[in-house]
Amino acid sequence: MKIRIKFSKTGCVKFMGHLDVMHYFQKAMRRAKVDIKYSEGYSPHQIMSFASPLSLGHTTSGDYFDIEVHSTGTSDEMIKRLNDVMVEGFEVLSYRKLPDDSKAAMSLVAACDYEVSFREGYEPADFEAFKKDFTLFLSQSEINVVKQTKKSERLVDIKPLIYKFNIKDKTIFMQLASGSIENLKPELVVKAFFDYKQSELSQFALLIHRTQMYADAGDEEHRVLIALEDLGEDIL
Amino acid sequence: MRKLALSDEILLTIEKPVRYIGNEVNSVTKDLSKIDIRFAMCFPDVYEIGMSHLGIQILYDMFNKREDVYCERVYSPWVDLDKIMRKQNIPLFAVESQDPVKCFDFLGITLQYEMCYTNILQILELSQIPIWSKDRTNEDPIVIGGGPCVYNPEPIADFFDMFYMGEGETRYYELLDLYKECKKNGFDRHEFLELAAEIPGIYVPAFYDVEYNEDGTIKAMTPNNPHAPKTVRKEILLDMDTELYPDKPVVPFIKVTQDRVVLEIQRGCIRGCRFCQAGQVYRPVRERSLEYLKETAKKMLESTGHEEISLSSLSSSDYSNLKGIVEYLIDEFNGKGINISLPSLRIDAFSLDVMSKVQDIKKSSLTFAPEAGSQRMRDVINKGLTEEIILKGAAEAFHGGWNKVKLYFMLGLPGEKEEDIKGIAELSNAVAKTYYAEIPKEKRNGRVMVTASTSFFVPKPFTPLQWASMFTKEDYLGKARIVNQTMKEQLNHKSLKYNWHEADVTVLEGVFARGDRKIAQVIYTAYQEFGCVYDAWSDFFDNDKWLAAFDKCGIDIEFYTLRERSLDEVFPWDFIDVGVTKDFLKREWNKAMNGIVSPNCREKCQGCGAMTFGGGVCYENKN
Repeated sequence: MKIRIKFSKTGCVKFMGHLDVMHYFQKAMRRAKVDIKYSEGYSPHQIMSFASPLSLGHTTSGDYFDIEVHSTGTSDEMIKRLNDVMVEGFEVLSYRKLPDDSKAAMSLVAACDYEVSFREGYEPADFEAFKKDFTLFLSQSEINVVKQTKKSERLVDIKPLIYKFNIKDKTIFMQLASGSIENLKPELVVKAFFDYKQSELSQFALLIHRTQMYADAGDEEHRVLIALEDLGEDIL
Repeated sequence: MRKLALSDEILLTIEKPVRYIGNEVNSVTKDLSKIDIRFAMCFPDVYEIGMSHLGIQILYDMFNKREDVYCERVYSPWVDLDKIMRKQNIPLFAVESQDPVKCFDFLGITLQYEMCYTNILQILELSQIPIWSKDRTNEDPIVIGGGPCVYNPEPIADFFDMFYMGEGETRYYELLDLYKECKKNGFDRHEFLELAAEIPGIYVPAFYDVEYNEDGTIKAMTPNNPHAPKTVRKEILLDMDTELYPDKPVVPFIKVTQDRVVLEIQRGCIRGCRFCQAGQVYRPVRERSLEYLKETAKKMLESTGHEEISLSSLSSSDYSNLKGIVEYLIDEFNGKGINISLPSLRIDAFSLDVMSKVQDIKKSSLTFAPEAGSQRMRDVINKGLTEEIILKGAAEAFHGGWNKVKLYFMLGLPGEKEEDIKGIAELSNAVAKTYYAEIPKEKRNGRVMVTASTSFFVPKPFTPLQWASMFTKEDYLGKARIVNQTMKEQLNHKSLKYNWHEADVTVLEGVFARGDRKIAQVIYTAYQEFGCVYDAWSDFFDNDKWLAAFDKCGIDIEFYTLRERSLDEVFPWDFIDVGVTKDFLKREWNKAMNGIVSPNCREKCQGCGAMTFGGGVCYENKN
C-alpha cells in the first residue's frame, strides 16, 4: 500500500541537510512502529522516497515523501503516532493512501509555492519602493538571466517559469516551476532583480519557506496543478 | 522556537551546523527555574565522535533522572567554528539550552584518549573559564574529569578541580547532594573541594604535593590538606542490572561514528593481557543478566528507532550467556530492518555460525588480534591465542565462505627481537596459505586477502608492562620496515597487505600516559603558543610544534619514554587504588620477562587484588 506523507520543517531543524532529514524520518518510522516495507538483502532499507530535497537553511510547511506499508491505521491515528515521536520543528501534516498505480512524488513535482521574506537586518531600506520595482521587473514579458551550469553559462528566460507572484505585507509569494525538466529557485528570481538593479544581494538576505508542492494533471496546452496530497485520500 | 547561541549567518557558513543546535530525539529539556544544579557534560572532540560514546549517554541519563539537576552536552567546536567564536568573542555553549558553559555549576570532561588533551584547553578557553584550576574563583564552574585517562591524571591535573576515579554510577549523586548543600549555605569553592575530597573516588589534585628526586623521578606525593586521603580508590558498580542505563539514549541528527544502539553486556575482562589497561582497571568482570539485556535492547531500539544494535564489552565471547543474547537478538530483530553487529567475538564455530546469519559474508571480513607475531612474544604479553587456534579459526571461516581476514599486531613490545617482528609477516602468510590449502580451486571466490595492521605499543599505567621502556620514532619505523620487507618476501605476498601507523603520535602518547605534573606546562605551551589542538586528528597533528613546546619547557621526552624504570620507582599514579595491586603487577611483569603465561580469572585466580570490591567474577560459583 502506497502512502504519501506531508510534513513541515521549521525552526532550528532547518540546519539539517536533506540526507539527515531522510535518516531522521527512517528512524521516526521505527519509533512510531509504522509497518513499513523493507527492501530485500543483508542491509534492508525502507521503501521511502522524497518529493524534492529542501535546501539547507530553508523551511517548509508543504514537503512530501512516499512510503510503502504492509498495513496501516487511519490517517488521524498515523498522524498522531508520528507526531508523538517528532522533535520540535518537524510535524506530519497529512498521511494519505495513494492509488496503487500512482507515480512517485519525485517524478510528479511540477511546481512549488514559496514565501520569501528578508531576514532581520537585510530588509530593503524602502520596502514600498522595492515592492514597486520588483513587481515591475517581474511584469516584463521576458526576464533573461544568466544560468550557470558546471560546464557553461547560458541565458535563460525565467518568465515562463514564474506561474504566480504577489507581495503581501512584507512577504513575497511565488509559484514557480519545479521538477526535473524546468526548475526555478526562488532565490534566483530575487537575485535576478538585484542583478538588474546592479545591487548586491547578501547570501544571508532571504528567508525561504516552501508551502506546497504540485503535480501537473493538465496537458501540454494547459497546466492543471494539483497539490501532491490531493492525489491521495484520507484513510478513515 | 528555541533561541540558538549562533546566528543564522554563522550556522549557514560552517560545516555541519547540526552539530551545534541540539534538539535531538531523546535530548532532555528542563524548566531552569526548577533546577538546582546545572551540569555541562563534555566530550572534548567533535560532535560525531562525542555522540558515539556510551559513558556520556549513561551519565546524561543518570543525572537527568534527578529533578534538581539538568545535565547538558558540550563538544569541541570544529576548527571552522573555533575561529569564528574567537573572533567574535562568543562563549562556548551547551547544545540543549544554548547557554554559555561558564554559567554552569559543573563542567565535566570525559578523558578517553591522551591526544585530546589540547582540546580540553580549547574547551576551557572558549568557555571563558580560567585554564589553570588555581586561577578559578567561586564564579567559575567546578571542572571535573573522568574516564580511562584518569588512571594517570597527573599530566593534566593542574587544569582540573577534581577527578572522579572509576565508574560514575556509584558516587555522583552523593557529590551532587554535597554541592547542593554547599550552595545553600553560601558557596565556597575551597570548602566544597575539601568536603568532596572525602567522598570515595574523588581526587582533588590541589590537595597533594609532589616531591621529586634529583633524577627527576617522584620522591613522594603527600596530601597537604587533612580532608584528602592518602590513596584514592576507584569506584565500581556491583549491581549490573541497575536502572542507571539509558533506555532512551539521545539520537543524533547527523551520522555519527557509533550510529546504533549500544548494549553493554559486561564490564571488565577475565583475560589479563599484560599490555591492556582496560583489562586491569575495570576488574573484576561483572556481567549483566540475560533478562536485563533482552529488556534493555528492546526498549532502546523502540525509543531511538536505530536500525542497528551492537554488543559492547572488552571480550564478548567471555560473556557466559552469549548464546542466549545473540539468539534473542537474531530471533527478535533479524529480518525486521534491524542489523545486528557483533564485535570482539572470538572466531570459532559458534561465532561463525551467528555471523553468517547477520552479515553478508562476501562483503565482510574476519578479524583476529594475535597482537604479536611469535608465540614467544604472545606469551610475554599473555595473549592466549596460538598460531594453531588462529589457523584453525581461519580455516573454518574460509570453509564458511569468508575470504577477507584482518590481523592486528603491536610493534615495540618489551624484549622484542627481529624474529618476533618477522613473525608478523610469517603468520600473515600462514593464514593466506591456509586458504589455498583448505579451499580447492573450483570453490575459491577469488583470492584471499589478508590485511595486517600494526600499531606501536604504548605502556600504560596499571598494567604489568608499565615498567617497559619505549623506543625512538626512528626505531619504531625501522621495525615497521622489517615487517614490510618480510611481507614482500612471503610466498603469498600478493594476498597480503600491510598497514602501519605513524610513530610521532606514539611517542607523545607514551609521554602523556606515564607523565607527571611537569607535563602540564608542555600541553599548555603547545596549545597556547603553538596552536596545537585536535591532535587526535592526523590532519591537524603537528609533531614539530610539540617538539618545540617540549624544548621551550625544558622537558626531556626520553626521560618519559626511553628510561628504564626500576621496580621500586614511585609512579605518578601510585596514589590511586584500582584494586589490582602493584605487587600483582610486579609478579606479572616478572612472568612476562620470563615468557610465562598466566591463566585467566575463570581458570585460576591470580590474586590480583580486585576481589576486594566484593563482587563479580571473583565470587562466581562461591556461596
